[in-house]
Amino acid sequence: MNKDTNPRELTINILRFDPHDENDFPHMESFKIQEADGMTLFVALNEIREHHDNSLKFDFVCRAGICGSCSMLVNGRPTLACRTLTAKLDANITLAPLPLFELIGDLSIYTGKWMRGLNERLETWIHDKENELEVDKLEERMEPELADEIYELDRCVECGCCVAGCGTIQMKPDFVGAVGLNKVARYHLDPRDKRTDEEFYEMVGDEDGVFGCMTLLGCEDVCPKDLPLQSKIAYMRRMMIKAAMK
Amino acid sequence: MKIIYTDVLIIGGGLAGLRVATGVKERGHDAVVLTLVPPKRSHSAAAQGGMQASLANSKMGEGDNEDVHFSDTIKGSDWGADQMVARMFTHCAPKAIRELAHWGVPWSRVKKGNRTAIINAKKVTITEKEDAHGLITARDFGGTKKWRTCYTSDGTGHSMLFAMDNKAHEDKVEIHERQEAIALIHNNGRCYGAVSRNLMTGELTAYISKATTIATGGYGRIYSVSTNAVICEGIGQAIALESGVATLGNMEAIQFHPTAIVPVGILTTEGCRGDGGLLLDKDGYRFMPDYEPDKKELASRDVVSRRMTEHMRKGKGVKSRYGDHLWLDITILGREHIEKNLREVKEICESFLGIDPAVDWIPVRPTQHYSMGGIRTKYTGESQTLKGLYSCGEAACWDMHGFNRLGGNSVSETVVGGMLVAEYISDFCDSKDSDIKIHSSTIEKFMKKEQDKIDELLSNENGEDAYKLRRRMEEIMMEDVGIFRNGNDLKKAVDELEELLKRSKNIEVFRSKSKAANPALVNAYRTQKMLKVALTVAQGAYLRTESRGAHSREDYPKRDDANWLKRTITSWEDENQTLPTVTYEEIDISTMELPPGFRGYGKDLTEHHKYTKVRQEIVDDKIKELQEKGASRFEIQDALMPFIDKLPKKYRGINERLGENV
Repeated sequence: MNKDTNPRELTINILRFDPHDENDFPHMESFKIQEADGMTLFVALNEIREHHDNSLKFDFVCRAGICGSCSMLVNGRPTLACRTLTAKLDANITLAPLPLFELIGDLSIYTGKWMRGLNERLETWIHDKENELEVDKLEERMEPELADEIYELDRCVECGCCVAGCGTIQMKPDFVGAVGLNKVARYHLDPRDKRTDEEFYEMVGDEDGVFGCMTLLGCEDVCPKDLPLQSKIAYMRRMMIKAAMK
Repeated sequence: MKIIYTDVLIIGGGLAGLRVATGVKERGHDAVVLTLVPPKRSHSAAAQGGMQASLANSKMGEGDNEDVHFSDTIKGSDWGADQMVARMFTHCAPKAIRELAHWGVPWSRVKKGNRTAIINAKKVTITEKEDAHGLITARDFGGTKKWRTCYTSDGTGHSMLFAMDNKAHEDKVEIHERQEAIALIHNNGRCYGAVSRNLMTGELTAYISKATTIATGGYGRIYSVSTNAVICEGIGQAIALESGVATLGNMEAIQFHPTAIVPVGILTTEGCRGDGGLLLDKDGYRFMPDYEPDKKELASRDVVSRRMTEHMRKGKGVKSRYGDHLWLDITILGREHIEKNLREVKEICESFLGIDPAVDWIPVRPTQHYSMGGIRTKYTGESQTLKGLYSCGEAACWDMHGFNRLGGNSVSETVVGGMLVAEYISDFCDSKDSDIKIHSSTIEKFMKKEQDKIDELLSNENGEDAYKLRRRMEEIMMEDVGIFRNGNDLKKAVDELEELLKRSKNIEVFRSKSKAANPALVNAYRTQKMLKVALTVAQGAYLRTESRGAHSREDYPKRDDANWLKRTITSWEDENQTLPTVTYEEIDISTMELPPGFRGYGKDLTEHHKYTKVRQEIVDDKIKELQEKGASRFEIQDALMPFIDKLPKKYRGINERLGENV
C-alpha cells in the first residue's frame, strides 16, 4: 500500500437507467477518474458521485464486505463492489446492476424485497412448538462442532450474487436459488428447528426447489463468502430423496 | 396526503429496533419498522467480536455474575453511567442471550478438556469443565475482569441480526424499507409519529402512532474517518433535536476504537487482542505494558486509544502517506485460530490490505467508533421531555455507558434495551394515556413543512455545495473534536461549525433535480441535520472542562467529580438558533451502589466530590452489616440500590448459572 507509482487513469463505464424518469432509457455512461492507492469501487463510485454526477445511484452500507448491499456486475461478474480493489482490475472497468432483481436506479437494486419473499417462503426461522423459552434457565446445550457447522452456513449475507450467477433461475423465475437452498440446509442441520424431513420436502422437494438446480454451479463460483453451496445442494438432494422414498 | 396509522412506529431496523418490534407484537400491538436499508444490512451486522453476558460457563469466566459485569461497566463508564440502568442491563443480558440462542443464533460453545490459548504473549493451557460442555462460551475483551464476551466466531452481530430479522419475519412485523424519517410529528409535548420520505420514489408519508421509537444507531459519520457504516449519520438524533422538545444526552462522549485498519477505517475486532494479539510500534516493540502494566493491550478502549496516540506522538508510529499508524500482530495466534475465530478479520485484511494476517502485521490506528451519547431517555427508554417518543440501542443515551463503553456491551445493549423498552412501550399503549389526539390539520402542517424544505433545496440557485460543507464538518470533527481535545481547538471547531450551519441554510442541489431517488438531495438535507448534531458534540466537549472516559481534555486532565459529575443535555428549541442550548443533569452520588473511585489506569487524577467519601462509608457499612447477617449477594445489592421493581415482571427472575441457582 505504500508504493508510489504514477497513478492510472481509470475509465469506469456504468450501465445507467432511472425507471422514475419517463424520458430515460438504459444507456452506458463513462467516467474518468484518477486511481488512488488502495482504491476500492466504493471509493471510486463515491468520487464519481461527489465530483462528476450527483445523481448516480448505488448502495453501500458497511463498505467492509460484511452487509452484502453493494453486489453488482463488475466486468460482467457478480461480486461485492466495496471490497473490489481497482488495482486488481483493468483500467477500463464496466459496472452494471445485478440482473434479476427489481431496479431502483443505476447500480441500486431492490434485493431486500426479493430476500424477504424468500425468507417468508422458506420460513427461515427456528420452528419449535415443544420448548417454551425460559429466559432464566441455562441455555440448551449444543455440540461445539455442530454450532460451528451451523455458523458456517449462517454466514450468508443475502447479497444476491448467487442468484445473479444462477443459470436455472433464468429459466425458472420461482427457483429458490442457492441462497434459499443454503438456508434450508442451515435449518435442516439445526436441532433447535423441529421441522421434519417431510416438512422440508413439502417446501423444497420440487422443481422450484432442490430438484430444479441444473448443477451449473455458477453460485459457488461467485459467492463472496465462499459458502459450500455445491455440497449443500447435493446434501439437501440426498436428504429430500430419502424423505420422498419413505 | 398519505397517512399510515399504527400502534408503534419504530425508526431503524437494526438489532434494537427489531427487538422492540417483536416485543410489542408479542404484547398484541401493531408495529411498523421504517428502515433505510433491508434490516439484515443494518450496522448491527458489523459487530464482530461479541456480546457481553455474565454466563460464567467457560473456565476463564468462572465466578462471573451480574455484580462483576455491573462493576466493570460502571468503572468503564468512568462513573458517568446511570447505575440503575446498568444494573437493569447486567441483570437482563443473560436472558437476552438465551432468548437469542432459542431463536437460532449459533453461539460458539464450550468444549470440555484442554485447549491452548494465548495470554500475555504466552501459550497457556486452559481446561474446560465437563459440565460446561456445550454451553455458550466466551472470550476476553478489554476492561473486563472475567472472560464474558459471547460470540459466534467473529460474525456475532451478523448472526444476531439475522436471527432477529428472521424472528421479525415469523412474527409478521411490517417492515417498510428505504424509508427515511425526516421529522417527528408532535403536538403539546406528545410525539405522534414521523414524516417519512421514500428513498426510491421521493413520496412523503405521515406515519401516525401511539408510540414512536428511534433506534437508528450512532452518529459516527460526522467524523471523516469512522468504523461506522455509511448510514450512521445521526439522523435519528437530529430529528429528535429538531423537534425542539426532545433532548440529547452526553453527545460529546465519542469512543475511538484502537484497531481500525489504515487508511479505510474498517474495524478489526477487539477479539484480536482479546484472543492474544499484540500492539507493536515501528520498531516491532510491544509498548502497551510500559503504559498499562496491568491490563496492557486489554485496558479499556479509551485508554488504549489514548496510549497509542501518545506513543505515535513520541515518534514511534509507522510513517505512511496516510499518516502514522501502529501494528496489530495476530500472527502469534496461528493460522488455524485466525481462520476459525477471526475469519472476518482475515477477509478484511485480504480484501482491503492485500495481506495475510497469519503472516503479516496489520496497520491500525484509533478511529471513531461509537456514540455513547444520544437521545436522552428515562430508564423506560422514553424521552424525558417528549412523551410518546422512545429510543434504545446506540441511538439513545439511556445511559449505561457513561463516558466510555466496554467492548461487547453494545450489541448486548441493543437486545436488552429492545426487550425492556418493548415492554414499557406496550404498557403505555395499553393505557388510556396513549390515545392519539392530533388533528389532521396539524399532521398536514408537518408534512407541508418537510415538502417545502425539499422543494427549496431542489429549486435553490447559486447556493452552497452540500458535499463541501459536509467534508469540512468531517475534517473539523476529526482534527479538533478527536481523541485528545483542548479549549482552543474546540472553540475554533464550534465557531466554524456554526458558520457551516448558517451556510447550510442555503444549499443548492446541483445537477440532480429528481424528486424520486436522488442521492444528492439526500446528502443535502442530511448535511443540514448532521451539522446540528456535530454542534452538540463540539459544544458539549468545549464546555466540559474535565477529562472523563473517552472525553479527554489536555487542558483539563483531571476527572472533576466536584464540578462535572453530570450529564450534558442539549436541545434546539428554536429552529433559528445557530448553537444548541446546553444544560446539565446532576448524577446523584447518594443513590450509587458503586460510589466514584479510581478506574486503575495511569495516575489517579480524580478530583473527588465531597459526598463520595460519605456514600462510600454508607455502602461499606451496609455491606459489612448484611454480610455478618449472612445475607445473599442479591439481598446486599437490593439494600444498596434497589432496581428489580423497575423491571417488567417477566424479566425479574434470578439467572441460572452452573453452580448457582440451578
